[in-house]
Order: sequence, then C-alpha cells, then structure tokens
Amino acid sequence: MAAVLALTAVGLSLVFGVMRVVNVAHGEFYMIGAVVAWFVTYYLPFPPALAWLAALIIAPLAVALIAALADTLVLKRLNYDPEATIVATIGLLYMLQQAALTFYGSDARPVVAPFQWRIQLPWFGYSGYKLFVVLAAAIILVAVWVFMTRTKAGLVMRATQVDRETAQAFGINVDRVYAGTFALGGALAAAAAVLIVPIQQAHYLMGHDPLLLSFIVVIIGGLGSIRGTLVAALVIGLSDGVISMFFSPTLAKIIATLLVAMVLVFRPQGLFGARA
Amino acid sequence: MLRVDGITAGYGPVTILRDLSFQAAPGQVTCIMGRNGAGKSTLMKAIMGLVPVQSGQISLSGVPVHSLPAHKVPLQGIAYVPQGRRLFGPLTVAENIEIGLFTRKKGLQTRNFVLDLFPRLAERLDQVASTLSGGEQQMLAIARALCLEPSVLLLDEPTEGLQPSMIALIRDTVLRLRETGLATVLVEQRMDTVMRMADRVAFMAHGRVEADVARDQLTPDSSLFQQFVGV
Repeated sequence: MAAVLALTAVGLSLVFGVMRVVNVAHGEFYMIGAVVAWFVTYYLPFPPALAWLAALIIAPLAVALIAALADTLVLKRLNYDPEATIVATIGLLYMLQQAALTFYGSDARPVVAPFQWRIQLPWFGYSGYKLFVVLAAAIILVAVWVFMTRTKAGLVMRATQVDRETAQAFGINVDRVYAGTFALGGALAAAAAVLIVPIQQAHYLMGHDPLLLSFIVVIIGGLGSIRGTLVAALVIGLSDGVISMFFSPTLAKIIATLLVAMVLVFRPQGLFGARA
Repeated sequence: MLRVDGITAGYGPVTILRDLSFQAAPGQVTCIMGRNGAGKSTLMKAIMGLVPVQSGQISLSGVPVHSLPAHKVPLQGIAYVPQGRRLFGPLTVAENIEIGLFTRKKGLQTRNFVLDLFPRLAERLDQVASTLSGGEQQMLAIARALCLEPSVLLLDEPTEGLQPSMIALIRDTVLRLRETGLATVLVEQRMDTVMRMADRVAFMAHGRVEADVARDQLTPDSSLFQQFVGV
C-alpha cells in the first residue's frame, strides 16, 4: 500500500511542484489506469504474466495521453490559474468517472495476477506478488528520481518549476514542459493502479481513496517535495494498512486526517517543503 | 541591429509602453535610463516576448520578433539578464549554465568561453546558485545569458546592490563583450556607470523614449539626468 501510494502521490506532487496545479482528477487517472489494465488483460490473448506486462506499458501510456490532452485542451486555456484549474480538474474528475461508468460499467472486476507465488515462512505465508509490487514501485520511483536529477528533460522541468518566465527566456517551451509533466503525473498514477489491480479490483469509483491519501501524503511531505512525498507515503501507507487491519479503516483515515491537521498547524509547508 | 518601432505594450488592460521607439547597434552599449515606473523593465520583457506587444514592431536584423512565442525569441539571438538576476536558485552553477545552453546543439566551446570569462564560476560549478554571493550570482546570470551566443544582450540593472569591485568587474566584462560586436542594451540607474559604458543613452518617461542622445553629447551635469532620472 505504501509503495503504491508513494507512486500516486509523487505524480500529484510533481504536477503541483512544476505546474502549481492541484490536480483533483489525479485519482481518476489512477482509476482509468486500472480500467485500461482490465481491458488489456481481458482482451489480449496472452498468458496472464504477458497480458499484465502489456497492461503495465499500455495503461500508463494511455493515461499519459489523456492527461496531455486535458492539459492542452483545458488547463493551458485557463493559463494555469490556480483557482480555475482546481475547478477544471473537478470537472475532469466527473468526466473521466462517467466515461468509465459508460464504457466499463459499474462492476468491480478483478485482474489476474501475473504470477501466483507465495513465500512460505515457518510461522506465516506472504504473497510473493505483494513483495513484487513493493520492488516494482521502488524501481519506478528510482527511475523517476534519475529522470528528474540526471537527465536534460528533468533539468528543464526543475528549471520551469523554479521560474516559468525565465525558463522561456532560455528557449524552453513551457507549454510542452507542462503537458509532459501532467502526462508523467498521470502515467505514475496509472502505473500504481496496474500494480495494485491484481490485489484490489478495477472499479469506476476506485479513485477516491488514493486521491485522498495522496493529498494527505503531499501535504504532510510538503507540496512539490519528492523526498517528503516518499517519506510521508511510507508513514501513511504503513499506518493506514496496519490500523485498517487491526482496528478499522475509518480509524486509519481519522488518524491520517488528524496528522494533516497537525502538520498544517505546526508546519504548514509540510515536513520537507520550502517555506513560502 | 535591434529595432523597436512604435510599440505599445502592457499587462492585460494596463498599458505601460506607448508608441516607444529605439534601436541598439552592434558593437555599442545603449543605456536606458528613467525613473522607477518609466517602463524600462517592461521594455526588456516586451523585447523578449514576455509582455505582449499590442502594436508596433520589434525586429532583429530586419526579422520581426514581436509576434514570436517567448521561447522562440532567444533562438533569434537575443539574451536577457533580468532585474534581480532570477537565477534558477535551487540548481547548481553547472545546471544554470546547462539551461543557458539548452538551445545549443554543441555548447562545449560556449561553455568554456563563459567559464574563461568568469573563472570564479568554474571553481563553483557544483555549488547551488542561491548560495553564491551577489556578485557571483550576477556573473552567473550574465554567463547563462551568453550561453545563448546572442547578437543582442539585454541587461536589466546588473549592478544593482553590488559592491564597487563587482560593479567594476561587470562593467569591464560588458565593455569586453562590446569589442566582440555584441549589441548591448543596459538598463541602469547609476549615472557614473552610464557615463563610463554607454555609446548612446535613451531617457524614458511614461512609457516612451523622450530623448535619445550619443554619450559624447552628455556631461555629468546634463539637464537630461536631472529631468529624467532625478540626479
């Protein structure tokens, strides 16, 4: 849970960090990723592992395309005005949700795991796939970090994050950077969904929980801070899992919300965020 | 030759520049002087495409640039050092220079040129830009702009807030660049700096160039300084 949450939250944090857009539709990118994964694994006549692998490639690409289109057709026209983009992404949330309801239906449908393998220890057993999810999420997060810190595209994104106007004065096409960032954020949410969908099920309302938890994570970690997002995702993901398992999911959400309230009161910029 | 012909520009409904004209020739330093609010920085931004031009024309060597999107203006050979430097603060010196070289296919020679021009930057390549001293930040801002290999360099108050030794260094650098044939447009408030560097001086008020005179027609006690700058 923590690993997948980190992926989703990093996408949200990246979009806010570079574009200053609070993407309320981020959970729906996650949901669309899961739905596309179901379609790919259901219709492709491949063995489960291969079909799932195809979904891991196709779903993030499809969601990246939707996100880039949403950026170009909606957010760019609003000139990335912070308040207007919040309203616009709320609209996008409902459009994506209703599109999924129309074309996918209201059923929750399972995606077959790419492999059925269990680690059997003397005192308990554990799903090998869940361990694989942690590993895969970690690999994707490292790839994102390398992309942001070691590539020219990442450098351009960081420069645009610091100063959009000055970036343009050095030949950087900010519109293209924003479309790419929004696409990358969506792709990360979709990748998280493809990883989780063999454990949960694809459903048109499944975007709410990851959106709420992602916001909790990025507020605690510090909006725009990838390091803070990772730390907070670990804390919130683990505590949500443990408290949900031994007490109740409602209590887990109450505690997470309380944590957000405390951060907002005592350290409004988040644990690792820069002071405004 | 950079030509600005009768431009009107501003922010949304607010017009700042009104029917403004001036030009900057290669191998010359053209200084822009005027009181706060005269429109000097807006003029720099309008040339860079960062403020929309409502009417008039800006051209470089006869090629119109005022209708280009902002990110294509530097490709025409116009580089900009903004007021307050506006470095990419969390990035290192090397990364700031790399952003300057973003539009260059082979930038190694240019990179070496700017690091030779400012050897102190070469010693601090891995240092985060925001932790440099004010003078070093200004060097980096100029170096980053020169990475574009421009034919026109716009400098918006580059000596603001610097100690005298740094001002002298910036001044010497601009004069060295002038020898290479670079057209420099320098927004400056300090009369002594203008008197030492300028080939021409354009005095702005209320969004217009009200007087454009050759440096050798000016003396420190010229009434133009009193009239347009208040010194």
